Amino acid sequence: MRHFPTSFAVAVTLSALALPAFAADQPSDPQIAHIAYTAGDIDVKAGQLALEKSQNKAVRAFASDMVRDHKAVNDKALALVKKLNVTPEDNGTSKALSDQAAQKHDELSKLSGTAFDKAYVENEVAFHKTVDGALETTLIPSSSNSELKGLLQTGLKIFQGHLAHAEHLASTLK
Amino acid sequence: MRTAFHYAALLLALQIVSARVGNAGEVVQVKITGLAFSPAQITIREGDTIEWVNGDFIDHTATADDGSWDVVVGESRSARLRFDHAGTTKYFCRFHPDMTATVHVVAGR
Repeated sequence: MRHFPTSFAVAVTLSALALPAFAADQPSDPQIAHIAYTAGDIDVKAGQLALEKSQNKAVRAFASDMVRDHKAVNDKALALVKKLNVTPEDNGTSKALSDQAAQKHDELSKLSGTAFDKAYVENEVAFHKTVDGALETTLIPSSSNSELKGLLQTGLKIFQGHLAHAEHLASTLK
Repeated sequence: MRTAFHYAALLLALQIVSARVGNAGEVVQVKITGLAFSPAQITIREGDTIEWVNGDFIDHTATADDGSWDVVVGESRSARLRFDHAGTTKYFCRFHPDMTATVHVVAGR
């Protein structure tokens, strides 16, 4: 579970990729755990890329927040699956997320300066919109274990804050 | 004479200790849970200390809007700050700017 490919998501396409799969077949708890961890890991990697490339103080502060919070949530998720003796299960949604993330990583890697900052923050807005939506409509309602559900609900609250922060930051970069 | 002197010195020392304890102020807790300060509005007196207790599993800060103070409150930890001057200060969490609160410090004890 710790060895996901280095990647991060094109959030705009995430909903198109992920939601139909959820609609056809409700994900199981092991699949939900894998999807949530994958999404968190993607945003950690995105933040690390921003810390490598950006010189903008506000963008760097935001990226640090993303790395710190998503790592904390994923650490909590790892501890929970260990406690519950659940093995996270790879699935089509996780794979789609990782594949798209790799594409976006390549795109962003070629940018620099203000162009990078804008593209990174815009992607963060889109990514969090989609992940928050997936948590609300699919992942939380589908989870059967109460502790997993609770962690996802806390995660949603944190990520809603991230979305507001990202939107505010995006408005200052225009 | 010597005993009387020691007695007077002891009394003076006790008075000083007593005065310091009297001005020490109280420690008032503000809890941080579910990405919110509680209470979000708090009134304390000069010399009181706020102790922020972070019940979340992520780090937070209590940071004055005017930049006059900045306290990092690690996950599942607590941190304190003493307020010696009257006034009202709005503050927020630098890591999660949606988290806001206000501290009112009133004069005297």
